[in-house]
Amino acid sequence: MTPAVFAEFVLNGLVLGALYVLMALGLSIIFGMIGIINFAHGALFTLGAYAAFQVKDALGFPATLVVSPLLVGVLGMLIEATLLRRLYLQDPLQGLLLTFGLTMVLEQGIRMVWGRSPKPFDVPPAFAGALSLGPLTYSKYRGFILLAVVVLIVALTLFLQKTPVGTIVRAGSRDPMMVRLLGVSLRPVLTFVFGLGTAFAAIAGVLSAPLAGVQPAMGVNVGTAAFVVVTIGGLGSFWGAVISGLLVGQVVSLSIYFQPRAAEASMYILMAVILLLRPRGLMGERWEKFE
Amino acid sequence: MAQRRDVSTRLTRRTFLALATAGAAAEIHPLAFPAVVRAQEPIRIGQLIPFTGFLGAIGEYGKQGATLAVEELNERGGVLGRKIELITEDEANPGVAVQKARKLIEKDRVVAIEGLVSSASCLAVGDEVQRAKILMINAGANSDEIRSKRCHRYVFATEGCNTQYVSAIGNWLIRERKISRWYFLTSDYAFGHDLLRVARNLLTANKGTEVGSDLAPTGTTDFSQYITKMKAAKPDLVFHNLAGADVTNFLKQYAEAGMTLEVAGGVIDSAYAWPVGESLRGHFPIIWWHELATPASLAWAARYIKRWGRPPDNQAYGDYVAVHAIAQAIEKAKSTDSAKLVQALEGHTLTGTMDGLKGRPLTFRAWDHQLLQPMYVVAARDKSKWRDKWDIFEIVSEVPPRGESLETIAIPKAESQCQLEPLA
Repeated sequence: MTPAVFAEFVLNGLVLGALYVLMALGLSIIFGMIGIINFAHGALFTLGAYAAFQVKDALGFPATLVVSPLLVGVLGMLIEATLLRRLYLQDPLQGLLLTFGLTMVLEQGIRMVWGRSPKPFDVPPAFAGALSLGPLTYSKYRGFILLAVVVLIVALTLFLQKTPVGTIVRAGSRDPMMVRLLGVSLRPVLTFVFGLGTAFAAIAGVLSAPLAGVQPAMGVNVGTAAFVVVTIGGLGSFWGAVISGLLVGQVVSLSIYFQPRAAEASMYILMAVILLLRPRGLMGERWEKFE
Repeated sequence: MAQRRDVSTRLTRRTFLALATAGAAAEIHPLAFPAVVRAQEPIRIGQLIPFTGFLGAIGEYGKQGATLAVEELNERGGVLGRKIELITEDEANPGVAVQKARKLIEKDRVVAIEGLVSSASCLAVGDEVQRAKILMINAGANSDEIRSKRCHRYVFATEGCNTQYVSAIGNWLIRERKISRWYFLTSDYAFGHDLLRVARNLLTANKGTEVGSDLAPTGTTDFSQYITKMKAAKPDLVFHNLAGADVTNFLKQYAEAGMTLEVAGGVIDSAYAWPVGESLRGHFPIIWWHELATPASLAWAARYIKRWGRPPDNQAYGDYVAVHAIAQAIEKAKSTDSAKLVQALEGHTLTGTMDGLKGRPLTFRAWDHQLLQPMYVVAARDKSKWRDKWDIFEIVSEVPPRGESLETIAIPKAESQCQLEPLA
């Protein structure tokens, strides 16, 4: 393997990992705050891509990066406010079943609205073609994905660390009872967090759309990978999700080079090993409310 | 429901909902609620076709093609004076497909089953219909194995097999001297493995070299790593043995990575080539393309566009032919008994208004039940020459050419392992 080929593999892994990170961050903040594993995350990813497909001709690709997560985020908030909210005091399994059912409803809904055939979604003209970096040529659009994900991670960090709402989210994740005793209502925050998490799934969907075909089942594999990433990183951990997403991207990418037949299994093997060594995941901490 | 009707004639919310749903379903599914009150039971044909997963888009076309065939048959008075009714189920995966086949046979009492796209499902359902002694026509699964080692007396194929497809594209590649250093990318399931075997035979028989080969899981969304490997191996031609949505993703990303190497494939489904759009390139074998310039074919494509608002793909064609083949068998046998239908189809040449639309006689071989037919090599057409977004291919050759025997691209009898079972 020449250095240029190796560099390309690492870059490919980075892009794959970056999309996993977006998905996993959404899942992770939802789980941290609400304590529900959102099975519908993959379907919301798909919905994000379809929403972008619907508006891209009218508004252009850059606008879809805002409009699609906004639409899907609002849908997420509606789901929280009308359905999920009723289950907080019940067995956690109920939330799991509800989101699992939602997955099917959303996927089938997409089939009914847009049909079963994949939709064309070309790489936006501004990012078509390849960048030349010495001996390495690399797709401009994939470079753009990396950049976009970095910006989003920074923005989310700033939001959680520097804004009053972010502070409530962090505090509410660790000790909701105390937050309530301090006179802060968590209700709107829970709704907002679910919307934010689903908006992240939608952005991942929009970014994937020009690469993977826009089709009803496009979120299945990515959704599964996101669960693996969150489990490896540690449920509810922000940086755990980031590191684990990038790690899984590299493992999958490099195993395609060295052991192509094991590529599909590689992330699960990684998960098994990590769970044996650190049952709470890489950066998982002991959270009172989940013990 | 019955009790509710007795105690109250008032329209409750529940009954209203039930009625509204039934009404909506009837609108979507005209065949499920035939308007005509029938004196006789209709003849039911079962269709198994994928609506979900990485082959999901094909099913919609297959259903429309079969529906159109049924409508044509019913318009001219049905078959043996009875209406035809189509019952479509999702083949999903081999396990589910077998369950659905049982349901069609035992509950719906279908006289025959047609469809199938995944070779893995087709092999499983083939074993099942042979056990149940019900006629099945494979309209979409390509593995040679289905016609050779695991052929069955009750299973026929209107779909072409991998040998037919690869012979067609091989014919073009040999003529253009493109058989040299190849890289294979293959779907990791029954169809891909079988296609890889046939394509490898073609390559070695013509003294080419294999510089690399990868198996990719079905449903792969990111092909960038495989493309990087191809780039590093420097082949003259990339030959893909992929299916379904994987084809769309691979061809899109191939262009997006800036690859200029020649690409060809062992098969293409137009349903999955259309969404690739302007970045589509390469040469592929296809069983039928809506611009095929025979009068019957153009007329059918026009009827299809009028009925469904978009041109038919190759799977719509496949299921359309399969339903007509079943109808012709019933008419010829004057019976709906599967054993008689099998006898009627062995050596049968498609006739009358539905002769296969290819402008030459197409016949089911008696000894392996494969429909002999020509294939077409299509080339991706430059976007500047498109008339509309469906216009992505042009036919560059018909294989074998007119006047040559259709046997030349089929599996030779000497190489086939097919042993058909006795009828009873």
